[in-house]
Amino acid sequence: MNPIARSKDFLSQTGQISRFAGHLFSLGAKPPYEIKEFLAQCFFIGYRSLPLVGLTGFIMGLVLTMQLRPSLVYYGVQSRLPVMVGVAIVREIGPVITALIFAGKIGSSIGAELGSMKVTEQIDAMEVSGTNPYKYLVATRVVAGTLMLPVLTMLADVISLFGAYIGVNISAVTSFKLFFLQILHTIEFGDVLPAFIKTFFFGFAVSMVGCYKGYNSSRGTRGVGNSANTAVVLSSVLIFVIDLLAVQVTSILGLN
Amino acid sequence: MEHQQAAKIGEERGEAMIVIDSLCKSFGDNHVLKNFSLTLHSQENLVVLGRSGSGKSVLIKCIIGLLQPDSGEIIVFGNNVVQLSHHELDMLRTQVGFLFQSNALYDSMTVRENLEFPMRRHWFEISQREVDDMVMEALDNVNLGHTAEMMPAELSGGMAKRIALARTMILRPKIILYDEPTTGLDPITAREIESLMLKLHDKYKTSSIIISHDMNCVKTTADRVALLLDGRCYTDGSFEELEKSDDEHVKQFFE
Ligand SMILES: Nc1ncnc2c1ncn2[C@@H]1O[C@H](COP(=O)(O)OP(=O)(O)OP(=O)(O)O)[C@@H](O)[C@H]1O
Ligand SMILES: [Mg+2]
Repeated sequence: MNPIARSKDFLSQTGQISRFAGHLFSLGAKPPYEIKEFLAQCFFIGYRSLPLVGLTGFIMGLVLTMQLRPSLVYYGVQSRLPVMVGVAIVREIGPVITALIFAGKIGSSIGAELGSMKVTEQIDAMEVSGTNPYKYLVATRVVAGTLMLPVLTMLADVISLFGAYIGVNISAVTSFKLFFLQILHTIEFGDVLPAFIKTFFFGFAVSMVGCYKGYNSSRGTRGVGNSANTAVVLSSVLIFVIDLLAVQVTSILGLN
Repeated sequence: MEHQQAAKIGEERGEAMIVIDSLCKSFGDNHVLKNFSLTLHSQENLVVLGRSGSGKSVLIKCIIGLLQPDSGEIIVFGNNVVQLSHHELDMLRTQVGFLFQSNALYDSMTVRENLEFPMRRHWFEISQREVDDMVMEALDNVNLGHTAEMMPAELSGGMAKRIALARTMILRPKIILYDEPTTGLDPITAREIESLMLKLHDKYKTSSIIISHDMNCVKTTADRVALLLDGRCYTDGSFEELEKSDDEHVKQFFE
């Protein structure tokens, strides 16, 4: 494809996803609400991702600390290690890595699930039984994803800081209390709030793209694999785009 | 046969359940339905016969509102399907059952949950005991009482078709649309499905459109046969009438 056709394709797809997302506010806002399915999705999306998110968070904190130490030692400021690691994790690495893991696990599973429901006509079957499949399948997953990712990120941040503590302790003994006091002293509201808010957008983007790709899957098994795959790729790119926008917005608002 | 008499009575009353008038539907340059017209009478089993790819599935998907026709009218119980709002369409759909060619059982739910799904959404006041009773009745109707806790993936093709039929019937629809109910099944299982269809027809006094190209199925279930050819209703009549026809196109199907 030539670049012009490519960007045209990208723009029209963005438009379609926006229209698809728009239904959430027009359709999803109307009762009856699918509470049971929503809670089931919260359980699946949130609880079932915990081990993975926890493990990666822990390793991330540990490795980051071990990698940073030599440079800080070189400049003779190794005592600032907890603060540096803390800020890096809370502001950037925690939210983005967790969101990427989330895209890999949840985005692909939503894409594949809805995709196979589409090609085996289960979505049509839902529609003819008088249930709105958009509300039942899409709205519940998107709302659950949007609410669960911030919670997962907070947990990942904490676990990751714990990993950082262990990383600090590998070569120098620091008390647990001192470590966390030092971080809590330096981290400000302006560090936490923007990072927290952007995770809602990450969660929304990942679950919405997963649903869109699955819901519009083309026929056949190939189509299902394709929608799972493109869901992950597109939502990962979106995470970085949103991250970039978020840093611009916070600096305009003077929050950092 | 009993159901044939019932259909005659319906016809005499002139009660039309579905009226399709000059329906057109195309996908790009592929003109699938061109001025298709057909009427389904009360308590009639109407078979629509047509070659593979002639647009039979498209036709019944238009009736239930899964596909939007390009032009023409589809009147179900006196409502024009094309003009109904979302909510009205959902209400209409509780009265019209649809059996998918691929069964379309929800594969993440057990058989019981598959059957409960349509009910829970429309009959809010119903108690758990009533739900259980109706699920058991539906399963007994298709002689599969023991499968309630199984997953769709554990069912054989014939069993899955029967469960799908039970799910289609669970809201007690007045009209049922069958998309190739016996295709892909061995002859014995196919006969079982046919007799089930007739049994449920007599028990619940339904009217149905049956899509098929399995001549055995057509012969046993049809009160009337309509031939879909080139996007139009080429001809219609009883099985015997069409069987005796000298028309080239009609003969092809009965060889
Ligand atoms: N969603 C769709 N988009 C584009 N074309 C479609 C779509 N659905 C059906 N068609 C086309 O419409 C035509 C009729 O398809 P349909 O599924 O109705 O055939 P059929 O008569 O049910 O065949 P079969 O007996 O094999 O099920 C085919 O040429 C098919 O390619
Ligand atoms: Mg078909």
